[in-house]
Amino acid sequence: MKGMTVKVKTISSWVKVLIFIFGIYIIISGHLTPGGGFAGGVILASSYVLLMLAFGRKFVEENLSLPIASKIDCVGALLFAAVALFGLLFGAASFFYNFFHQEYLADKETALKLISAGTIPLSNIAIGLKVGASLFLVVLVLSIFRPEPSADKKE
Amino acid sequence: MDIFVFYTLLAFMIIAAFIAVETKNLLSSVICVGAIGFGVSLMFLFLSAPDIAITQIVVEVLGLIILIRATISRDLTFITGDREFFGTIVSIVIIFFIGLAGIMVFFKTLPEFGTPIFAKIPEAASQTYIKEGLRETGAANLVASVILDFRAYDTLGEATVLFTSIIGATVILRKKTRKLLEEPDV
Repeated sequence: MKGMTVKVKTISSWVKVLIFIFGIYIIISGHLTPGGGFAGGVILASSYVLLMLAFGRKFVEENLSLPIASKIDCVGALLFAAVALFGLLFGAASFFYNFFHQEYLADKETALKLISAGTIPLSNIAIGLKVGASLFLVVLVLSIFRPEPSADKKE
Repeated sequence: MDIFVFYTLLAFMIIAAFIAVETKNLLSSVICVGAIGFGVSLMFLFLSAPDIAITQIVVEVLGLIILIRATISRDLTFITGDREFFGTIVSIVIIFFIGLAGIMVFFKTLPEFGTPIFAKIPEAASQTYIKEGLRETGAANLVASVILDFRAYDTLGEATVLFTSIIGATVILRKKTRKLLEEPDV
């Protein structure tokens, strides 16, 4: 688990920042351009997977350990559920009521800006956190998992 | 007639669920769970939701294969004897004709290229999404406005599925569980 050669390490340490920023861009502008929480979350996770391939698992676990990743996963899920429940609290008694959108759509100026569309960017951020953390968790857990040879002999 | 078939399916699924809980053989229990899943997909067809029915069938087939693979090493069920030549031929012919009929139905009911169904039906829900999407939600990306506003409930379900599967993977694959699995049952 020492990782790959120096070339791969150098290149991936440059590229990881670009991938991460691109993922954040995809998530944040999900209500304006193609993309959104799911696609952006996959890109965020892929930057960490690239690090894991280049530097080995130990290096990534120092940066983003398994408990922290699972906490981010839970926070994303709770945030998405909270968006739904706030719609129930503020709106006309319906789940996922878009309780921000009236003031933004009152004038057409704000319709296509970054801060628009009410709860949709919030849900995108929540789903992005969730999907990114959970895909990272899958790769991490599968790389930790290694069937021991003694278990096979018993069967 | 539809109601009758619907309630027959319901009774079938309830009976299958009872058998799945009560039976001692692990493999037959897994097969009963699969029967419940296929019943659910048929019910979705009767409730005129073919997309969910297709998803249910795919998930059910995958789950059944994985569960059978997981249980077959515990239960050690062996099927001995040669495969009958005539039976194999008959089953292959039947499957071929069913597949042919399915393809015929698929190509007959499929609308022509460039003429989507929602363009033909003026009161379709997708027409409303296209016309009112920007005004009602304010999102320029129409896909985002559909999956996170009009049908956000669906997205919540998807997120829950992902969350649950990740929890299952992390719980099963961590070291503590594997140590528990290696210990003999008490």
